[in-house]
Amino acid sequence: MSNGREQVLAQIRQSLGRSGLAPAPITPLPGPGPIPAFSGDVVERFVAKMLEKAATVERLAAMDEVGAAVARYLVDIAAPAQVRASGALRTLAWPEGLQVHYGAAVREDLSSVTPCFAAVAEAGGIVTLSGAETPSTLNFVPDNHVVVVHEAQVVAHFEDLWAKWRATGRPMPRTVNVISGPSRTADIEQTIQLGAHGPRRLHILLVAG
Amino acid sequence: MHAPTNTFPQRVTVALHDKRLQAALNHASGGFVAKRAAQVAALPEYEALRERAREVKEHVLANLDTYLERYEAEVTRQGGHVHWASTAEEAREIILGICKRVGAKTITKGKSMVSEEIGLNDALEAAGHKVVETDLGEYIIQLAHEPPSHIIVPAVHKTRAQVADLFDTAHRPLGYTKHLTEVSEMVNEARQVLRRHYFEADVGITGGNFLVAETGSSIIVTNEGNGDLTQTLARVHIVTSGIERVVPTLDDATTFLRLLARSATGQETETYTTVSTGPRREGDHDGPREYHVVLVDNGRSKMLGGPFREMLRCIRCGACLNHCPVYTAVGGHAYGWVYPGPMGSVLTPLINGIDTAYDLPNACTLNGRCQTVCPVKIPLPGLLREIRRQQFERGLTHWPVKLALQSWAWVAKRAPLYHLLMGIGIPLMHRLGRRRGVLRWLPLAAGWTDTRDLPAPQGQTFQQAWKQRKGGGS
Repeated sequence: MSNGREQVLAQIRQSLGRSGLAPAPITPLPGPGPIPAFSGDVVERFVAKMLEKAATVERLAAMDEVGAAVARYLVDIAAPAQVRASGALRTLAWPEGLQVHYGAAVREDLSSVTPCFAAVAEAGGIVTLSGAETPSTLNFVPDNHVVVVHEAQVVAHFEDLWAKWRATGRPMPRTVNVISGPSRTADIEQTIQLGAHGPRRLHILLVAG
Repeated sequence: MHAPTNTFPQRVTVALHDKRLQAALNHASGGFVAKRAAQVAALPEYEALRERAREVKEHVLANLDTYLERYEAEVTRQGGHVHWASTAEEAREIILGICKRVGAKTITKGKSMVSEEIGLNDALEAAGHKVVETDLGEYIIQLAHEPPSHIIVPAVHKTRAQVADLFDTAHRPLGYTKHLTEVSEMVNEARQVLRRHYFEADVGITGGNFLVAETGSSIIVTNEGNGDLTQTLARVHIVTSGIERVVPTLDDATTFLRLLARSATGQETETYTTVSTGPRREGDHDGPREYHVVLVDNGRSKMLGGPFREMLRCIRCGACLNHCPVYTAVGGHAYGWVYPGPMGSVLTPLINGIDTAYDLPNACTLNGRCQTVCPVKIPLPGLLREIRRQQFERGLTHWPVKLALQSWAWVAKRAPLYHLLMGIGIPLMHRLGRRRGVLRWLPLAAGWTDTRDLPAPQGQTFQQAWKQRKGGGS
């Protein structure tokens, strides 16, 4: 297998007109690429873009409203009062009557609740990082995915997202998921259909501050 | 996957007479073209992004060995494994080796054109593994035992009635007995059937739209979420990717992500953008326990040194297919291999040998729309012309073409003779086509007039009309 490596690298170098190893340090291209400008408030932009992409959004005044909002949402969509929540939300006050389990998603889970690392306003997207308390299966296995987003987590562009991650100083998580709406497909006669393989619904609880 | 064959003309004839295919193609291409145009119009930075994307790719290609080594070092540091395959066969062997070692029974797959290129499914099935494509379009063509006909929407040639029939046959043994008529029912049934496979899969194979040297990450984009279920629920995740897909940083990947969805499906962004780095971490409750990347060369490193280097900028968006009058008339299967349309007409002879797929570079009107819409500015018509030139140099050009062109050149270089012949031919064609305004048949050109009409000339040669116009003082 290392043979394949040497062969590929040797052919690349030959094609580039170099015989030996890589030359002096590469000078990277200057600056970031063009960043699509937009005017107006980033939070309003984020909300508008998520609605455009068939997500639903409910705005809350404070974190302590999240539990009740989840319960209400499940009633609205006629889903059982049962969620698989990210361990990071263990301290939330959940209402009576709502069954909450924590951990990675299993096949039977119909609804999940997760926090997010950030949200991007530019094209609309919530961003989750995988980890012990934030299993990424919660984003994909259940039919209904509820995401808690703080207004302060909304950044303008992807470049800001990467900068925010670099600023944490943490190693790259196994998975960074950027999610811009419920799962969809247009593979049969270009007819758009929600709920292809991932969640049929993406509901955002946007908490002020 | 079988090697490409020189059967383009026969396949085209079949395609042009297939009414269902023609209806499906007309329906699809118009939609993609309009949606892309709307996205481009809404993004003032679009041209600047294209130029930047071109620059980043050129920068990477000029330093490809260094970026690949950096990428490899980062993947390794994060607990993943990088495998290098100089040929399709080596790539298959590496993947078969991993699947065998981990005792894989079921293998789920997200959409990967590289895996089509290396003929992976046939090899895995021959080795006794069960392979399940999970992208809905790929799943449909897998049931139909067909290759994709489009690199983004593989089942674009199938009508809903055909899909319903395929599902009838495949899903009945699983207890789904209702004959479906609505797209929503079909999507739902496929969702239920594929769920089982995600959870039972031992290995999940996906492509890699971009590889990030900075972080050792692979990035995929999907609308369905199938790629994520594939790579998160299997014990082992294998990424297959061409060596040219590496970019320096996450910021650079962002530039391409802004172009990819808009160019491919006319969306502002795909629903899911997933950045994967290494296997499950300590304490994680999900995710694969092994993470492998198979870097596939298969002729790319040779392309790097010659006149076709610019083709390595391709990000497989499919915009050139959607805007190509030949592709939209004949569909992807006519091209005879996995890459169709303008990008396929360049890649197929380059990967498989210039003496194969003779017709592909010639089945092009050189109208240039592909180059105009290419998000990384690949001069596709120029590359196709270069392949034609090389075909001629190697004596591959068919003799009727050579004879016709030589005859035309001989006549065209003799002005009085040219004027004389045109002066006879043009009025004659005008008279023949006077009644309908078109010619439905021409001697020696039945191949052309079989499937379309030639507009009849107006009765004068260009020179005659020009002289009259000048004489008229306008």
